[in-house]
Amino acid sequence: MFETFVVAFRQALDLILSGDPEVLSITLRSLYVSGLATMLSCMWGLPLSVALGLSSFPGKKLIRGFFNALLGIPTVALGLVLYLLLSKSGPLGIFHLLYTPLGISVGQSILITPIVVSFASSAVESTDVELRDLARTLGASSFQTSSVMLRESLWGIVLAVIASFNRAIAELGIAMMVGGNIRYVTRVLTTSIALETARGEVALSIALAIILMAIVFSITVAIGSARRE
Amino acid sequence: MVGHIRIEDVVKTYGEIKALDSVTLDMEMGRVSTLLGVNGSGKTTLLRIMSGLDEPTGGNVLFNNQKMQSQQLRQISTLIFQKTVMFNRSVFDNVALGLRIRGFSRGEVERRVSEALASVGLAKFGKRRARKLSGGEQQRVALARAFAVEPQILLLDEPTANLDPANAATIENVIRKTRERETCTVVLATHNLHQAKRLSDMVVHIHCGKVLEVASPEDFFTHPSNETTRKFVEGELQF
Repeated sequence: MFETFVVAFRQALDLILSGDPEVLSITLRSLYVSGLATMLSCMWGLPLSVALGLSSFPGKKLIRGFFNALLGIPTVALGLVLYLLLSKSGPLGIFHLLYTPLGISVGQSILITPIVVSFASSAVESTDVELRDLARTLGASSFQTSSVMLRESLWGIVLAVIASFNRAIAELGIAMMVGGNIRYVTRVLTTSIALETARGEVALSIALAIILMAIVFSITVAIGSARRE
Repeated sequence: MVGHIRIEDVVKTYGEIKALDSVTLDMEMGRVSTLLGVNGSGKTTLLRIMSGLDEPTGGNVLFNNQKMQSQQLRQISTLIFQKTVMFNRSVFDNVALGLRIRGFSRGEVERRVSEALASVGLAKFGKRRARKLSGGEQQRVALARAFAVEPQILLLDEPTANLDPANAATIENVIRKTRERETCTVVLATHNLHQAKRLSDMVVHIHCGKVLEVASPEDFFTHPSNETTRKFVEGELQF
């Protein structure tokens, strides 16, 4: 058993080091799909986080509670809902997003929006409230005060974005159900790992898993190093 | 009169609590007006209203006989807080922030920041992280940050409360120099009687949100006219 694993591991390393075209295309597609999902979720999630972190309004707790509750949503359940919505006969079928990379990105962006909102709003909110008063007493307008506070909570927001990206690139349910795991079209790292393992292609699965973990770890380590500097 | 601040019948309530009760005061440029009072007397509330951070429930703040809105007050005043607050940036960037907010050119920012840091004895500290400095150094950075924007009203909320005597003396010297320049009206809130004696041109005793006595330091400390003020000066005031 151990010998089989060693052999498969060697083959996996060969696949990575030889620059296997399929492995490369799957990796690039994963980065593109999840990168786009992260950008989309930041587009609507970050302004909402700033509003939640800096201001008080009726229903604020309710909104926060809603996003906190969505943090643990099962990706398969969300994938199923999105499949039904995006399928030809579904209410959003006219957009033709099912079985497309953009469809996966949209689905993942919905999945990770609660992470962006919860983590980033907490980061903004935990910034010393006296900094806000200080910015105001230095003559800052409301917009300038918000910018200063965003800058002060920058690393918290960066960590929220990284956590969101990591969640998106590592999820399986949405990529499988909305993307359909179509070779050269919507096949990404997680769906490939699931498929190749089921087919007994353990070496390829290991290669893809190594790449997936390397992406997640290297981004986290790079951000950690940048923060220390 | 230039640089004249008038607090006119200012009231501030928080629910049922009256933090300021019909406060009326006049303060002049080139003078240090000191607000004295025990903790919770209303000193900080008055400073926050004068700085434009809080709106009064009633009454007005006038500067050079013109009624000022909060946003206008924030443009002409700067408040230095009791607890030193530093942005997570270099000393230079901390001092420069107010200037950048007000849209000064890069050259002007550099000139003013250098002058402000030199005035508090921190000329060579520009590149250091502000939050890594000692408490006394941070308070001097806070003063430099305030000086850089050349405020017409400088408000100081117990600026030496958490400092050792040496650092407190440095801060007091900077306040004296500011008074000598006669370019702004200085309002200092403290409960330190000795500091009030050393620095003030006018002393205001605030108690339970009301102004009980306004006098020169000599009169205030030797023969106060109000009985509560006398007890406060002699350390007999019971809470």
